[in-house]
Amino acid sequence: MSSRDLILGRVRHALADLADDPAPYAQAVERSYLREHGERTVGQTVALLADNLADYRAVVHRCTGPEVAGTVARLLSARGARTVLVPAGLPPDWSADVTAVRVPDSLSSTAYDLDRADSVITGCAVAVAETGTIVLDGGPGQGRRRITLVPDHHICVVRVPAQVVSSVPQALERLDPARPLTWISGPSATSDIELDRVEGVHGPRTLEVLLVDEQPTPSDHS
Amino acid sequence: MSGTFVGMPAFPEAARGAVHNATLRANLRHATTTIRRKRAVAVAELSDWAELREAGKQIKDHTLRHLDRYLEQLEDAVTAAGGTVHWAADADEANRIVTGLVKATGETEVVKVKSMATQEIGLNEALEAAGIRAYETDLAELIVQLGDDRPSHILVPAIHRNRGEIRDIFRAEMTRWGRPAPDDLTDTPAELAEAARLHLREKFLRTKVGISGANFMVAETGTLVVVESEGNGRMCLTLPETLISVVGIEKTVPTWRDLEVFLQTLPRSSTAERMNPYTSMWTGTTDGDGPRAFHLVLLDNGRTDTLADAVGRQALRCIRCSACLNVCPVYERAGGHAYGSVYPGPIGAILSPQLRGTDSDIDASLPYASTLCGACYEVCPVAIDIPEVLVHLRERVAQGGQVTRAGTKVVLKPARGHAAERAAMRATRWALTHPGAVRAGQRLAARTRRFHPSRLPGPGKAWTATRDLPAVPPESFGDWWKRTNGGTRDERGGSR
Ligand code: SF4
Repeated sequence: MSSRDLILGRVRHALADLADDPAPYAQAVERSYLREHGERTVGQTVALLADNLADYRAVVHRCTGPEVAGTVARLLSARGARTVLVPAGLPPDWSADVTAVRVPDSLSSTAYDLDRADSVITGCAVAVAETGTIVLDGGPGQGRRRITLVPDHHICVVRVPAQVVSSVPQALERLDPARPLTWISGPSATSDIELDRVEGVHGPRTLEVLLVDEQPTPSDHS
Repeated sequence: MSGTFVGMPAFPEAARGAVHNATLRANLRHATTTIRRKRAVAVAELSDWAELREAGKQIKDHTLRHLDRYLEQLEDAVTAAGGTVHWAADADEANRIVTGLVKATGETEVVKVKSMATQEIGLNEALEAAGIRAYETDLAELIVQLGDDRPSHILVPAIHRNRGEIRDIFRAEMTRWGRPAPDDLTDTPAELAEAARLHLREKFLRTKVGISGANFMVAETGTLVVVESEGNGRMCLTLPETLISVVGIEKTVPTWRDLEVFLQTLPRSSTAERMNPYTSMWTGTTDGDGPRAFHLVLLDNGRTDTLADAVGRQALRCIRCSACLNVCPVYERAGGHAYGSVYPGPIGAILSPQLRGTDSDIDASLPYASTLCGACYEVCPVAIDIPEVLVHLRERVAQGGQVTRAGTKVVLKPARGHAAERAAMRATRWALTHPGAVRAGQRLAARTRRFHPSRLPGPGKAWTATRDLPAVPPESFGDWWKRTNGGTRDERGGSR
């Protein structure tokens, strides 16, 4: 007998004491918990996102669409970044004023190549206000997972309010499980040494989030 | 039986050693009180905590009830997404599968992200025997591995080490494993973390095989989820060419939507955060992004035997948040090592004897490593009634009875030396159905504490051999909980 059949057989045997349960899954679980916590205006939701991002030590900046290029360039030069990773599909005007050398996110780059890049600029798929989380799904302007992992400095642009949801349940509704997803809540951290929180062990030690104010349009839901 | 810490003394002996180690106790007390307080704050932020907890319980119960169906669905979904699914009935088989997969790549080293399942099966030792070096990449696991040590806490495995000890370990041992620690390394946490970053980065960049566990597996979509803080998980999950995930079969949830419950309850229960820094979700393989080969090893190793126990099966709901450890008065004093298993604390006391059976001294004594105060149940985000299972397991150790081992029903004989235990059992059972009596008894015990001998003479001896009497806290947990509102209110009086 294969181990697969053995294990499945043991499971069935183990459950033999239980009566049949024909109820469909939709009725099996009582979901009386909330879809979101509290009532907020759109503006308040964005403000909560900013607060919670900052609470977990992300550096938050707010600007308007036309100001993105200048802000990105300023953040990069403030860090002295010489090379910056730019994924395919990033809106060209976001990096228009960048003077650092642009490195494309290419399949042929090795992990060592990425390790030499100073910074990375991306967009995101969705941002969660209640938890201060940004989620990347590898869509346009977000690149492969590794480009937001190996460099030490990540600038993430969030279009608000279109890409902002209140809660974790709302975020999952917007996301496609078939895509590789990375949920990021502040820079990497550890509390393994006497529970003192230390920012940045292996991921980017600096996470800067740009909240770009835009008029909401219906097509922004992706 | 794999994963038993060979030669491990029974809980009381191991705990007695730990209780007398002042450093260990100070580290533990600092750690558990800090997390406890923070957790209460994080949980209080969600007004629907009780509903989330109940939904989490129901999701897990439903999954376990139909586990065969969901495992098949999971297998189909993972396979359709480009992954390969393997089934391992026990630790040896899982180790054989993983070792074979690593060998097939031609590589001799792997990077690992903290995974309790791989610790449970002793994977690192099995790989080492096959000439493959496994690098632990979680900071705490690194400390444990470099210190040639055992993890003592689910979430913070090096909780028993203070910063001075960590610096000494890094200075002495890093050089044996790769990039040495800087000569002038101090004991500030930031410098220690930086040393670990540099030491591990060269391994992440070069290693071609990653090994992980998973917090959740979604049957409907074939998605695996890893929840972490440091980014070492992301490194192991995305940089290597081959990814092997070893996951217990009970980690399955039916649908994508179910994650909305656990992604809210797990971070707040474990690290007391609204959300942990990084969560990775992947479904099979993705062209041009991440590993080209993905293997999922589904592990039984005693889980189906646990499932066969009508009372004990609720332990399989566990999402390994470690909240029950942090509130446990016994854990706080005894430390994780005394439990003789990768699963310490209250959850370990009910999981290890079920996964491994109660043949060894340590496993037979684990159900007694508790005061039955119930704090573990109160904080558990999937509402596992740990005291209920403890009493059930005590009864089985003391009286014997039918259990399932490796899929076969066997009848256990009463354990020798537990005659007094049987009488005590009846008392406990009565007390449990009369909770008022337990509270009164605990208060009485607390007040008369200084008169307690450490061992009972005469017929009570067998009982105290597995139960250290001075463990009676100056204040019962229930009283403490009520007085401090679950640790959120300031401690007063300083009697603890
Ligand atoms: S038993 Fe409950 S509280 Fe303890 S680790 Fe498991 S889920 Fe967390």
